[in-house]
Formats: sequence, structure tokens, C-alpha cells
Amino acid sequence: MTLALDILTVVAVSAGAFFFLAGTVGLLRFPDSLSRLHALTKADNLGLGLIVLGLLPRAGGVLGALKLIAVWAIAQFASAAVTQLLARAARTAEPPA
Amino acid sequence: MTAALALLFDFGLAALVLIVATWTLMTRETAAAAVGFVAYGLLLTLVWVRLAAPDVALTEAAIGSGVTGTLLLGAAARLRSTEAAAEAEQPGRAMRFVVALLCASVSAGIAGAILMLPDPAPTLAPQAMAALPSTGLGNAVTAVLLSYRAIDTLLETVVLVLALLGVWSLAPDRVWGGHPGPLISSNQERVLTFLAQLLPPFGILVAIHLFWIGADAPGGKFQAATILAAMWILAQRAGLVDAPPVSRRWLRLVVVAGPAVFLAVGFFGSATAGAFLAYPEGYAKPLIIAIEAALLPSLAAALALLVAGPPARTESR
Repeated sequence: MTLALDILTVVAVSAGAFFFLAGTVGLLRFPDSLSRLHALTKADNLGLGLIVLGLLPRAGGVLGALKLIAVWAIAQFASAAVTQLLARAARTAEPPA
Repeated sequence: MTAALALLFDFGLAALVLIVATWTLMTRETAAAAVGFVAYGLLLTLVWVRLAAPDVALTEAAIGSGVTGTLLLGAAARLRSTEAAAEAEQPGRAMRFVVALLCASVSAGIAGAILMLPDPAPTLAPQAMAALPSTGLGNAVTAVLLSYRAIDTLLETVVLVLALLGVWSLAPDRVWGGHPGPLISSNQERVLTFLAQLLPPFGILVAIHLFWIGADAPGGKFQAATILAAMWILAQRAGLVDAPPVSRRWLRLVVVAGPAVFLAVGFFGSATAGAFLAYPEGYAKPLIIAIEAALLPSLAAALALLVAGPPARTESR
């Protein structure tokens, strides 16, 4: 059982780190603001989500696990709202061709 | 294996801190430099976590990176009109050389002082832990802030009120006593309205939690006040509430109440325990909680008003 949980942690955290890496590469490489934002949301959403999922077995109890999930959920709300605001600002500044 | 990994992480973190600090200093554009400063603050937060100082890490994230970053971004926005002129101004070669020399010698001095510390470094931590039972607290950092070195914390809170007065005094005469910040109508930005309606209940809950556990675990009034201030600012920016005019008596009372209660407890100590800010035997914890409870709304209001800026208009929504 512990082995299975350890494997879950390693796989999920690695996958999360991959999404953060991919999001960062996208942020650096994509040509315009909207696609850069698109790359970032993947890191926020899937990357953080997978890392939280991987850390859940190590949270040391239900309360710790709930706190981790709350961190992910609040980051979701904040990043979704901020992304929309940034996207609108970017569209006002540089209207799509 | 774990130790080697931790060492690798620490070296990477230290390198990243240096790189971001250098980038922030070299960047000519004010807004970009402010963003760099926020990233630098978040990296420093990780450094404090690695140094096993979660209290400092929380404060760095909330005040050092969050509030200061917001203030710097606001300043950058205000300075945008003068930015081109400021960038065109290049100090002379001799001037730049002298500045670089002075900065380098200050850095070398600090580095030398740290490297020459005796090993193990001098510490008061054992004494701080030994005296902890007399304060009734479980968190040594809170004991330092509100018992052993309460005078420093008192002055810190007074400085915040003075800083707010400084910001307010930047207002032109015709809007003196008016509302800080621009007039924002609600429903201008639906997404922001949604966030500002959804987040504050959670923010207030987290702030009260941080405030309450501060006695025994990392946390406390400063971090909690920052979160409350952030929630108030969010509601203001979304146009859900209007920033109150700075001439309102209740607002000024809220801002001053915390330091005033702190001072009163200090004089109470001179009368009953023989020294300014000394707590009478057995009453340390209730008095500390009273000070912290009085400081929480004061600090939150002062921080939010600092971010809101000087009075800028007399018309209300």
C-alpha cells in the first residue's frame, strides 16, 4: 500500500513538474500575449493540481490534505480571474489582426 | 541522497535569488523592475522556509512581496508619464563608478561580517525559549515581538501610521479629506467582481486563523492584517465598496486604536509591573492578545489605505 502511494506521489509530482516546465517554455516561446497566457494556465491548473494530488498521501491527515486542496482551489479562482483580466488588457492593447 | 538533493536545491535557490536580484537592478523599466521585485520576494520566502523560519517567510510573502510589490506597481503606474525622461537621464561615468564602488563595499562589508561570525553563531534562542513559559505563549517569535522586544513592535506600528500620514499629505488642497484612489463603478469588470465576491469570505477566515494560531505557531497579526487589507483592496478595485473619505472620524479611530491600546498597555506596565511595556505576573497572555486584537484592524486599515493612496476626489459613488 505504501509502495503504491509512493509511486502515486512520484508519478503525479513528476507529471506536475512537467506541466510547469511546459508552461514555462510556452511562456518564453509563444509569440503573443494570449497564447502565452494559454501556456501559463496549464501550469497553474494541471501542474499545481497534479503536484497537490501527489502530495495528498503525504499531507499527514485529512486536515492537511484539505488544506492542500484548498490551496489548489483558491489558486484556480485567482489564476482564472487574473488570466481573463490580463487577456482583456492585452486585447485592448494589441487588437487581434 | 536527500542531503545532496537539499544542497542542490539550496544552491539553485541561492543562484536564482542572485539572478533575479541582478535582473531587477539592471531593468530600466519601472513596472518590470517592480514585477522582478515581487518574484525576488517570493524566492526570498522560499529561502526563509529553507532556513526553518516560517514566521519570517509568511511576513516576507505578505508584506515584503505582496504589499510592497503592490505599492511599487502603483508608484510605477504613477511615474509612467515621466518614465521616458528619467530613462534618458544617464549619470556620468565618474558618478556611476562612485556609486558602484560604494555599493560593492557595503556588500563586501556585510558579507565579511557574516563570514567572520564565530562558529556557532552567537544566539539568544536558548534564553528566548527558557523564558517562554512566563509569557504564556507557545511561539517564541511572537514572544520576541510582543514581550521581549515589544518596544520595537510598538514603534513599527506607529511608523505605519506616520507613513499613512505622509501618503495622505500628498493630496492637493482641493481634495483634502476626500476618497483615495480613482472612482470605480461596479460591474465594470465582471470577472473581478466575481473574484471580489467569492474570495473575501475565505480570506477573512484564513486571516482570523493566522491571527489566532500566532500565539503558538507561525502566524500573527501582521500577516493576518495583510490578508484582510488585500480583501478590502480587492473589493475596492472591483467597485463593490468605495474607499471611505480619509476625513471620516471612525476611519482615523480604527487606524490609531491599535498603537493607542499598545501604548496604554505599556503605561499600565509602568504602573503595575515596574517598567514600560512590562506585563504583570500571570497577565502576559491576555494583555498580548488584547494588543494583537486591537492591532489587527488598525494594521489592516493602515495597509489598505497605504495601497489606496492619497485622497484624490471628493465625489462619492
